[in-house]
Amino acid sequence: MVHWPVTRIIALLVAALGLLGTAAVVSAGPANAEGEAVQGTLRDLAGAPVVGVTITVTNDSGFEDSDVTNAEGAWIVEVPGPGQYSVLLDEETLPDGTTPPTVNPITTSADPGTPRFINFRLGERERNVQTRWDRAAQLSVEGLRFGLVLALAAVGLSLIYGTTGLTNFAHGEIMTFGAIATWFFNVNLGINLIGAAVLGVITSGIFGWVQERGLWRPLRRRGTGLIAMMIVSIGFALALANTYLIIFGGASRPYGDYDSQAGIEFGAVSLTPKDMISMVIAAVILALAGLALLKTRMGKATRAVADNPALAASSGIDVDRVILVVWITGAALAGLGGVMLAMTQQVSYLMGTQTLLLIFAAVTLGGLGTAFGALVGSLVVGMLIQLSTLWINPELKNVGALLVMIIVLMVRPQGILGRRSRVG
Amino acid sequence: MDWGFIFTTSLSSAIGISSIVFCLGAIGLNIQFGYTGLLNFGQAAFLAVAGYGLATTVTTLGLNFWLGIVVGMAATVVLALLLGVPTLRLRADYLAIVTIAAAEILRLTLRSVAFKDTFGGSDGLQQFSDAFYNLNPISPGAYDFGPFKYNEKSWWVIIVGWSLVALWSLLVFLLMRSPFGRVLRGIREDEDAVRSLGKNVYWYKMQALILGGLGGAFAGFMLALGQSAVSPDAYATNLTFLIYVVLIIGGAARVFGPILGALIFSFLFQFVDVVLDQAVNTGVITFMSSTQAAQVRLVMVGVGLMLLMIYRPQGILGDRKELQLDAR
Repeated sequence: MVHWPVTRIIALLVAALGLLGTAAVVSAGPANAEGEAVQGTLRDLAGAPVVGVTITVTNDSGFEDSDVTNAEGAWIVEVPGPGQYSVLLDEETLPDGTTPPTVNPITTSADPGTPRFINFRLGERERNVQTRWDRAAQLSVEGLRFGLVLALAAVGLSLIYGTTGLTNFAHGEIMTFGAIATWFFNVNLGINLIGAAVLGVITSGIFGWVQERGLWRPLRRRGTGLIAMMIVSIGFALALANTYLIIFGGASRPYGDYDSQAGIEFGAVSLTPKDMISMVIAAVILALAGLALLKTRMGKATRAVADNPALAASSGIDVDRVILVVWITGAALAGLGGVMLAMTQQVSYLMGTQTLLLIFAAVTLGGLGTAFGALVGSLVVGMLIQLSTLWINPELKNVGALLVMIIVLMVRPQGILGRRSRVG
Repeated sequence: MDWGFIFTTSLSSAIGISSIVFCLGAIGLNIQFGYTGLLNFGQAAFLAVAGYGLATTVTTLGLNFWLGIVVGMAATVVLALLLGVPTLRLRADYLAIVTIAAAEILRLTLRSVAFKDTFGGSDGLQQFSDAFYNLNPISPGAYDFGPFKYNEKSWWVIIVGWSLVALWSLLVFLLMRSPFGRVLRGIREDEDAVRSLGKNVYWYKMQALILGGLGGAFAGFMLALGQSAVSPDAYATNLTFLIYVVLIIGGAARVFGPILGALIFSFLFQFVDVVLDQAVNTGVITFMSSTQAAQVRLVMVGVGLMLLMIYRPQGILGDRKELQLDAR
């Protein structure tokens, strides 16, 4: 057993949280000058600004102020200080034919020194004829999109499991990391979302490198058991999620660009340009990752290590290097998944934690330890979650996916593409 | 900084309701994880079905309190069977994923609008604990006992709770020195060896899951009665993680592990909270708000769990050789 001093582990924790620390310093930058405010831009589903709507902000201690949306649909209400506020959209002032927002009023908390962005989602436009097939088509596309998000995270999780045996419960937190890092680059540093996402993905890759070099490799050297490492990853997830909460706050925040885009209609299906572009990017990157696994020397080495680490090492493969590459790319892919997820449901400190079980469902369905199984499993789970809302209440859609995972484990525990020997 | 106040509240918290809940939950988990090696990451679900079994029977159906307790325990056994049948033949980490998923399925179902009439949605259920407090022999008032300050209701919960802890600890002590306990530990050490001796490993694991689940059920009863309410989000995955931390601090596979762990954890959790809160309010710490200071505690729990698992997986009382956990 390799001797491994306490200082090293503390150093790694400092390093891991330090990445976030820099982000926190950044956040204390320019935005502070403006003071506390609640603001937003009101747009209809087609993306056109909605003008002349009164929005009132109140709190429990008697503060009340309102603003009317201007020609760009923008509104801002300066508030006296941090705390809880209720934001009410006056539905009487909405133009005729606009469906009122589903959530109204919105309760929010203003953080010290930063404006809080509120996004009223004006309700679904009423379609004259919407058949079940129309909805099924729309939901399939949304399911495909969510499946791609899951796949970006699942491939890394599955390869890390395959090469090291670690069931990483902190993988969801890498998604959150990517989303939050991108948010800081985008909103605090004012970099366009595309550039910010590239930087966010690179930072996520670095985060993966730091985790592997600072935590998991030393633990493997130390001979820590796999179950013990799994519990370590649970502790790590708990620590990370709450660190995000402290730095980023409890509210959901949107990115600064492309927040509300008009959908483009393709027959029964309506998709925003950002959805289309991000789906294409995700599909291309997943295809490249798959090709790299099949064709490159590194990819072949990765599959060899996943198959049998000892045999791979004895045939001259540098196992540690392979695992490091898996961690960096796995984390970068998960970070990209986080950014894509945040583009639909905004950035929040819990987004990764909430997605983790669905990633597990995807990976289990496809077969733990196989990259292509994870890909197939993710698409199936994503479609299943969205399509199940045709029959069941949307609040229970994740329940369906998790139940399917349990049933798969009963019937075919090795998953769709897995091999029986892995289950033991 | 009022250190007298800090220590009294922390000591009071160490014997308080949450400490009892952690302790009973950890006793159950100890049977599953400590003695048998089952990675049950859905202990919160066992607490939830017991609490909701009681609350639904009394509040929704308007039936007797003691029937509610029976329903809660029966629901726990059913949950253990439902979880055990598909997963106990699988490897340890699959069990972890399935149990964590099952706990989340249960929580989402309990808080869903579809079952609001039965389970009360995200508000949960109240007004089922009168029969429990009517048994309270202590007359109303506040009672100080050394550093511990509680009113008559809390003292009643504390007395019943720690009595249950004592009974369960005795049960675990007797069970684990019986042949049954030796089989469980044998399964943890080497499943195949036990199987080759002709034991039905699957059935023994199932019994351990049910027994441990019942421990969790009593934790669920105490949580529901102590707060006179059940709400779905009290049974989130974090509760399971905290119970694991309690068990690992004290020492898994030791009868007194859960008790020691619960006392130490509840004391420290409260201690850090009050110290940080006072430090923020008196201006000693200026770089955080008091809300953020409260959130620091959970970061510390996470880091603490990591460091414990790495440097002292046997906790305070355990034996390191006994806990060489490995899945492959």
